[in-house]
Amino acid sequence: MPVTRGFKGKRPNADATHDRIPPGQYVTEDFPVLTAGPTQRTQVQDWSLSLQRGPQLLAQWSWEQFEALQQTERITDIHCVTKWTKFDTRWRGVTIDDLLRSAGLPAPPTQFVMAHCDGGYTTNLPVADLLGNQAMISTHYDNVPIPVTHGGPARLLVPHLYFWKSAKWVRRLEFIETNTPGFWESMGYHIHGDPWREQRYTGDA
Amino acid sequence: MGIPGASSVIPAMPEAPAPLRGWQLATLTAIRDEAPSVKTLAFSLPQWAGHLAGQHIDLRLTTDDGYQAERSYSIASPSGHIPLVEITVERIADGEVSPFLTEQLSLGDTIELRGPVGGYFTWSADNPAPLMLIAGGSGIVPLMSMLRTRARAANRPPARLLYSSRNFEEIVFRSELDGLVVTQDGLSVAHTLTRGAPANWNGETRRVDPEMLAKYAFPATQAPHNFICGPTAFVETVADRLVALGHPETVIKTERFGPTGERA
Repeated sequence: MPVTRGFKGKRPNADATHDRIPPGQYVTEDFPVLTAGPTQRTQVQDWSLSLQRGPQLLAQWSWEQFEALQQTERITDIHCVTKWTKFDTRWRGVTIDDLLRSAGLPAPPTQFVMAHCDGGYTTNLPVADLLGNQAMISTHYDNVPIPVTHGGPARLLVPHLYFWKSAKWVRRLEFIETNTPGFWESMGYHIHGDPWREQRYTGDA
Repeated sequence: MGIPGASSVIPAMPEAPAPLRGWQLATLTAIRDEAPSVKTLAFSLPQWAGHLAGQHIDLRLTTDDGYQAERSYSIASPSGHIPLVEITVERIADGEVSPFLTEQLSLGDTIELRGPVGGYFTWSADNPAPLMLIAGGSGIVPLMSMLRTRARAANRPPARLLYSSRNFEEIVFRSELDGLVVTQDGLSVAHTLTRGAPANWNGETRRVDPEMLAKYAFPATQAPHNFICGPTAFVETVADRLVALGHPETVIKTERFGPTGERA
């Protein structure tokens, strides 16, 4: 690797946290806001979450119904492709496993999902990255409802992938047959987005 | 039971050039002072596939014992294929990378660079819609790339810049913007200063508010494309107000930088 003459860097102090920082990332205490357009402001009484396959609606929950589902709390590190990593973020919501159970789906109908959001944002994910308690539809951050700027009322949380996959203002999970690029994935960002393999952009290994 | 949730409304966008894969070694070939803590760095590259105004590049810095830091910077230079890319960097006092870039990196030094990156917050001169640019602080950088691109284009749509700075000295690209306006090619620039103005100042002197947007922004009826770049709170406020003024969300494109941007 080519050394940058004179660059010393500011390494994280605690060695204990070093192995929690993926390559090219730095740790922040803040919670930056990154959105391609205006913030969406959907009221919970107008909100619903749906599972669909093609034109077929598989299941749908109103806000009340969703809040009555099995709730899971999760504390996890998150990694944004713009280079920041934030430790120990606390979320509450419904795991995708519990959603499928509630929908009466013993197995996922296809191997890929396109998440659709208010405002038109989309992101694609392999089902394998959503199951096994790896992902949830989260409604609470730090024990309070997720602020709208961070994706409330509900945000997909897939923390082992770059955070653009954790789509804000999520409304529908569409099961699809083939892995099709979503919003950022069609504009130069990696189709999968594993921070530990530094899959930032199209063409990264 | 209908299928709820927003339909896909991703708008048409300029075709982004294919990004170069992987890192190349860029050479610093010029440094320009833009404002007290803001410098432009020009890098020459072995190759460049070209970029669109609004895109950014990644830099990777490596210490002699292998520690690496990466950061993204908006491209300031106009769209094109010339293998010379300029970024404009604000020095953040306690930052890890920006003090090094603005104070230590010297002409002839090399640094790893990859890009261009990003295909949404982009503008090209074949877009005939009125161009509305709203900048807060160093958020001017990608918008300056758009204005420079426009200035070199054969057909230039009407364009307006509303630019909020803390004070007169911190206005980045001030004289260049003045120069773009005097060509009278359909560009107008309005400045506002939020923390005090010189005695002879004839621009605005407050934060961007609905009245200011009504005065300087294209009305929604003219179907402008709006680009907003600045600190998170600034962008949130302005984007919400443009929505309230009737602009469709698909033509309000935003880039926010938060307190974290200050680590750069």
